Amino acid sequence: MVWDWNDTPAMGHNAPMRQPLFQVRDLRKNYGANTVVDQLSFHIDPGECLGVIGPNGAGKTTTIRMCLGQTTPDQGEILFRPEPAAPALFMPGDALAIKARLGVVTQFDTLDPDFSCAENLLVYGRYFGMGKAEIAPRVPQLLDFAALKAKADAKPGELSGGMKRRLSLARALVNNPQLLLLDEPTTGLDPQARHLMWERLQLLLQQGKSILLTTHFMDEAERLCHRLLVLDHGKKIAEGRPRDLIAQHLEPDVVEVYGNGALALAQDDALRPLAARVEVSGETVFFYTADARPLMEALAAHPALRTLHRPANLEDLFLKLTGRQIREDA
Amino acid sequence: MKMTHKPRSIWRAPDISARWWPVFLRNLLVWRKLAIPSLVGNIAEPLMWLVAFGYGMGALVGELEVNDQKVPYILFLASGSICMSAMNAASFEALYSAFSRMHVQKTWDGIMNAPVSLDNVLLAELLWAAFKSLFTVTAILGVMLALGISHSPKLLVAWPVLLAAGVMFASIALIFNALAKGYDFFTYYFTLVLTPMMFLSGVFFPREQLPPIVRAISDWLPLTNAVELVRPLFMDQWPAQWLRPALVLLVTTVVAFWVALALTRRRFRA
Repeated sequence: MVWDWNDTPAMGHNAPMRQPLFQVRDLRKNYGANTVVDQLSFHIDPGECLGVIGPNGAGKTTTIRMCLGQTTPDQGEILFRPEPAAPALFMPGDALAIKARLGVVTQFDTLDPDFSCAENLLVYGRYFGMGKAEIAPRVPQLLDFAALKAKADAKPGELSGGMKRRLSLARALVNNPQLLLLDEPTTGLDPQARHLMWERLQLLLQQGKSILLTTHFMDEAERLCHRLLVLDHGKKIAEGRPRDLIAQHLEPDVVEVYGNGALALAQDDALRPLAARVEVSGETVFFYTADARPLMEALAAHPALRTLHRPANLEDLFLKLTGRQIREDA
Repeated sequence: MKMTHKPRSIWRAPDISARWWPVFLRNLLVWRKLAIPSLVGNIAEPLMWLVAFGYGMGALVGELEVNDQKVPYILFLASGSICMSAMNAASFEALYSAFSRMHVQKTWDGIMNAPVSLDNVLLAELLWAAFKSLFTVTAILGVMLALGISHSPKLLVAWPVLLAAGVMFASIALIFNALAKGYDFFTYYFTLVLTPMMFLSGVFFPREQLPPIVRAISDWLPLTNAVELVRPLFMDQWPAQWLRPALVLLVTTVVAFWVALALTRRRFRA
């Protein structure tokens, strides 16, 4: 890895009073009579990765749009503090000054189809007021970081989905931003491409960047995010570290049972008392319990069924908090 | 602490900085890759009109009287059709091409995630469309000079006037760009706005032929006023009345850009 961020100022990890880098207070947005974001507050510390999860229509994209100044909130404030001691910048009034310190990867790539990968980076750097002499030396480093060194002269149309996303990430880094806003950065990618993206994001976190990430993938949220914000119907319904949230809301163990006749077990009076909570989703019965052993022993009487015993994870949390039903309007 | 935000008026003054330049430069870099084929496309059609009509019809029409001076039909046509070319080139770029960048490729969205405001993006598109129009006009002027249609030294003055016409037609087109839901919409603009204007603005025949009411309308058409300024310059004369057409061009440009800016802001406000 040749990419390093030694030109990034120290983020003040050891400062006694740590000020958040980015802060949102009491944010509200209505579209007509519909409140899409309601009383939302959160902050991002320097070097932190905050994940925003929630079902479709929960208000994630509207929140990101407000953070970028593309949508004006009806109420509340959004502020960015470039340095702990510096005065805060406010969205949307200081939008340009804030954007100069942000890197954005949107859900849908907005790469220039007529330019090569290298030209895409060069042209994008100019939007930040950087001259060619300033950008040109960074281009090979950025392409290397995105694992696109061999594709410098290829146009986006010739790239795979994963390569395009990495080029978008490289483009978002051209101004050496303090905070990255990533809206579903791995949606639509195959597992290899997703793992490579995760590795790169981890690297950026190690280098002191802060990240605001929205995602539908709970393994991604669990792996990358220091803290999570769960949104539903525009409201914050939970916030905390992934492990803490799971411990706080869920029994530690889950036994999934599926196969022919599995659904009947949900009503089985012998099994139900062995679990703290029983849920059905599709063809699968989920038993949530603090002690799975008696349950597993009882399930041995049903050898035809498939059982899976595992620790509770973020997906369980997500489904518990936001419900298992598919939403018609989503 | 609570803060309520009133949405800012879409009619507020333009907020312009030097950041329009990298957007303009981006369009220039894309175009540089396709400049030669696009040049052929841009000038071939107007030249075919000029040659077919100018020499063909010119043989039938002979000479026309403009401002008490007899001029060959091809000179009359050339001086009008070059304004039409400025109009078409600017309109095409500010409609189809700008719409591709704004709506289809989402290039504008990408640019606005960097510290470049919508106002600067729109100004860059305006100036870019005007630049392309000027490029087309310059190429056609070169051919007209080579064909010996006009040798007027005042063509040097016609050149910035044609640039101004390009800016004006780009401003108007950006209004329709801001309103468009798809490319189909632009067909209406071309067939219902630009084509009638082409026939009513004295490009192909003197406006004296028009019925008085139509002529009164024609007096205020943007293309008419461009032709009024450019035609005398082709005939090596100074326009007898330059203030009124120049003001029409200026006012139309300012008003149209302001409306285009307001409607584009509304489109992006969501």
